[in-house]
Amino acid sequence: MTFAAKDGKAPELRGFREVQRLAYDCAEAVAAQLRPGVTEREAARMQRDWLRERGVRDWFHLPFAWFGDRTAFAGFKVPLQFFPTSRKLEPGMPFILDMAPVHKGFTADIGYSGCLGLSPLHDRLLADLEAHRELILREVRERRSLREIYEDVERLMIRQGYANRHRAYPFGVIAHKVDRVTERRWSPHVFGFGTQSLKGLASDALHGHRDGWSPLWSPYRFSDHLPRPGLWAVEPHLGFRGTGAKFEEILVVTDSKDPEQSAFWLDDDLPHVRRWAEEKVTA
Amino acid sequence: MKLREARERWVSTGGIELCVAELGDVSRPTVVLVHGYPDSKEVWSEVASRLADEWHVVLYDVRGHGRSTAPSPLRGGFTLEKLTDDFLAVADAVSPDRPVHVVGHDWGSVQAWEFATVKRTEGRIASFTSMSGPSLDHFGHWIKQRMSRPTPRRVGQLLGQGAKSWYVYMLHTPVLPELAWRGPLGKQWPRILQRMEKVPADGYPTPSLPQDAAHGAWLYRDNVRPRLRRPRTDAYAHVPVQLITPTEDFFLSESLYDQLELWAPQLVRRALPAKHWVPRTRPDQLSAWISEFVAANEAARQGGLPVQGTSATGAYADRFGGQLVLVTGAAGGIGRATAFAFAEAGARVVAVDRDGEGAARTAEMAQLIGSPAAWGETVDVSDEQAVEKLAEKVAREYGIVDVLVNNAGIGLSGSFLDTTSEEWKNVLDVNLWGVIHGCRIFGKQMADRGQGGHIVNLASAAAFQPSRALPAYSTSKAAVLMLSECLRAELAEKSIGVSAICPGIVNTNITATTRFAGTDATEEKRLRNRTGRLYGLRNYPPEKVADAILKAVVRNQAVVPVTPEARGARLLSRVSPGVLRGIARLKPPL
Repeated sequence: MTFAAKDGKAPELRGFREVQRLAYDCAEAVAAQLRPGVTEREAARMQRDWLRERGVRDWFHLPFAWFGDRTAFAGFKVPLQFFPTSRKLEPGMPFILDMAPVHKGFTADIGYSGCLGLSPLHDRLLADLEAHRELILREVRERRSLREIYEDVERLMIRQGYANRHRAYPFGVIAHKVDRVTERRWSPHVFGFGTQSLKGLASDALHGHRDGWSPLWSPYRFSDHLPRPGLWAVEPHLGFRGTGAKFEEILVVTDSKDPEQSAFWLDDDLPHVRRWAEEKVTA
Repeated sequence: MKLREARERWVSTGGIELCVAELGDVSRPTVVLVHGYPDSKEVWSEVASRLADEWHVVLYDVRGHGRSTAPSPLRGGFTLEKLTDDFLAVADAVSPDRPVHVVGHDWGSVQAWEFATVKRTEGRIASFTSMSGPSLDHFGHWIKQRMSRPTPRRVGQLLGQGAKSWYVYMLHTPVLPELAWRGPLGKQWPRILQRMEKVPADGYPTPSLPQDAAHGAWLYRDNVRPRLRRPRTDAYAHVPVQLITPTEDFFLSESLYDQLELWAPQLVRRALPAKHWVPRTRPDQLSAWISEFVAANEAARQGGLPVQGTSATGAYADRFGGQLVLVTGAAGGIGRATAFAFAEAGARVVAVDRDGEGAARTAEMAQLIGSPAAWGETVDVSDEQAVEKLAEKVAREYGIVDVLVNNAGIGLSGSFLDTTSEEWKNVLDVNLWGVIHGCRIFGKQMADRGQGGHIVNLASAAAFQPSRALPAYSTSKAAVLMLSECLRAELAEKSIGVSAICPGIVNTNITATTRFAGTDATEEKRLRNRTGRLYGLRNYPPEKVADAILKAVVRNQAVVPVTPEARGARLLSRVSPGVLRGIARLKPPL
C-alpha cells in the first residue's frame, strides 16, 4: 500500500484515522470510569463492550489492561503474562489500556497511559515520551535503518534513566505493520489475536522475508532495512522501576521524495499529543 | 558540655525535687528527652544541642539520678506510676498548653512506653521516639508468647534475649550492685564505656554516676518482676511512635520488636548500625530522625491528618531514611541504579558524574521516587582537586556523607603489549585513583565525625579473574579490591564499614565507552558493538547490583561477588586458581 500525500483526503487514511480516534475515545471513556477496586479483566471487558457497541466485530488483538507495576512489565517472562489479570486498581496506581480494533476493514492499535490520582513520576514519564515521538519521526524521514532507529530510541531511553520495556514484547518489537483487514462474518481469535490480522501479518512476513524486510520492527538483524512504506503501529514503552508508560499510534511511511511527505503521524490530535501541547502552553 | 548553657529550674512532685534543663526557643514545640540507666540527663547533651536550633528542648534527671533528689525509702519509690507522675509534672511545668514530644533511651524509653500507653497522659504527648528500651508490658507478652508456643526460632530468641539480660538478674541481688557501683565498677565504668561502646570521652559520665547507678537499681527491682509476671493487656500506644533500633546492641535483641505494630498502630521503624549508647555515639543521625519525626507530627496535628510513615517504601527504608549517600559515576548503569535504590529507601542522594547532565537527571528522578533531596554534581573523580572541592561543598551544604559509593569506572580492553602507557594512566586515574581520592577525602570526613558510616567500592569480577584481554582493567580493579580490604581493617575501629562489590558481566553502558587498545576507529566500533551485544544477551540488570550494594551496606559485607559467574570465579580463585589461569589464556571470541 502506498500513500500519495499527508493531506488526509486519501479515503484509505481517513478510514484508519477514524478507527484510531474511535479507539482513543474508547480509552478515554474507559479511563474516566476506572475506580479503585476495578480489575484488569474488568477494564479489558469495558473496552471490549464499548467498542462492540460501536460496531467493532474483529480485532488485531483483544484489549489489554495493565495496572501498577505490570505497566512496567515487572517480572514478565512468558507472553501469557500480558493478558489481563485480577489485579485491582488502587489510588496512585499507573495503568495502561491497549487495544487494536478493526472497524469497517480498517485497523488501529493504540496504547493509552494514565494514573489513578496524581503522580509526578508518571507525569514525568509521559512528558519524556514526547522526545521519542519526535525522534522516531525524524529518523524515519532521514531514512535510517529501522534497526538503527530502534537502537537510538533505546539509547535515548537509557539516557533518560529508563528501561526499554518494549523489549519485553514478542520479538522485542517497538512497532509492527498494520493493514486493511477483510471483514468476515466469522472472525475468530487465537491467543487474543484476530486470525484475519494475523493472516495479513504472516503474509507480509513471508513476502518481506523474500525481499529482505520484516513487518516487525525489532532490534534484530531482520529489521536492518530502510523504513518500508505502509502503516506502522509504533509503541515506545518506558519503564522506571514499578512504573511504565507508553503511547501507541500509527506512523504513515510513504515512498515520497519530499521528507515531509515521506513519513508522518496519521493523526496529531490524540490525547498524549494534546497533553504535551497543553503543558507547553501552561509552561 | 553544652548543657551548662541550659536554663535550669526545679520541679517538685510527690516530695521529690526534679532538676530540669531547658534549651531553645520556648515558643517552639517541646521535645522532652528522658535518659536511661545508669545515666543522667547529660547523656543527651550532644543530641539536645542539635535539636535546640529548631525545638524547645527539655531534659530532666529522673528521680534519684543526677541532681534530682531520691525518694525515701528507695524501695517502692521508682515504680512506673511514680515516674509517670514526675513526667506529667515536668510536662505541665515546661509546656502547660500543648502536648510534648517524648524521646526516651534505655530506661527512659521503658518509662516513656508507660507514658505513651496509659490513659492519664492522653492529650499530653504528641509523639514518642523510642530507642533501646521496650515496654515492660510488651516484653511480658513477648515472653509469654514464646513460652506458650515454642518453636525452635522462638526458643532461640528467648534464650538469646535471656542471655543478653544477664545484668537484670544481677541487679536484683540485694546490696551487692550498690557496693559494686559505689566501689570499683563506678570507677572503671567510664573506661569500660569507652572500650566497649567507643563513647567519646568528654566529661561523660558525670561524677554522680556511682550514686545514680546505685539508686537506679531500684528501677529494675520495683518494676521488672511485677510487670513481666502480669503485663497490662491494654498497653496500646495512643501516640505515633518512632522506633530506633541499634542493630549491635549488647543488651536488647532486634526480635523484641517483631510484632510491635500490634501495640503501636502508627509506627515508623528505623535501624542504626551502632551499639547501645546511641545518644552519645550517633547524635547527628538521632537528632535528624527526631527532628523529622517531630516536624511530621506537628504538621499532621495542624493539618488534622493522620501521620503517615515515611514516604519511602523501598527495601531498607528503615536503615537509610534521611541518610546522605554519595554515588560517583551516577549518570548511568550501576551508579544510577544504586542512586535510585537509595532514593527509594528515602536517602538523600548526591549523584556525581563527569557527565553533568546525566548526573542532574539522576538526581531529578531520584526525587520523584522517594528521595527527600537529591543533587547532581559534575566532577571527574580522577581530578583530586575537584573531588576535594566537592567534599567541601557537600560537607558545607548537605552534611557529612553517611554512605559513599565509589562506582565511577572506565573499561580498557586489549593485550598488554598493545596497551600504551597513556592508556594505562587513563584507566588507573579513574578506576584506582578515583577510588583513592573518594576514600581518602570523604573517608576522612566520616572518620573525623566519628559517627560511623560506610564506603562501597565497585571492583569487578576481573579483580580475581586474570585474563589476557583485560590486563589494565583487571589490574585497576584488583587494586581496588585490595584497597577496600585494607581500608576495612583500618576503619573498623571507627565503625566505618568498607565493602568491595564485584558485579561481573552486567548490562550497562560501560562497553560503549570501553577503549580497545591496539585497534583503529572502525575496528574499535565493531568491538564495542559486539561486546555491547554480548552484554545485552547476558542481560544482567544493574538494578540487581544496586540491591546487592544496599544489602552489603546493611550487613557490612566485605567482598560481594554479584552475578553467578562472578561468584563462580570467586570460588575458583580460592579453591583452584590454576583453572582460572587456564581460562585466562583463552582468547575472547570477539
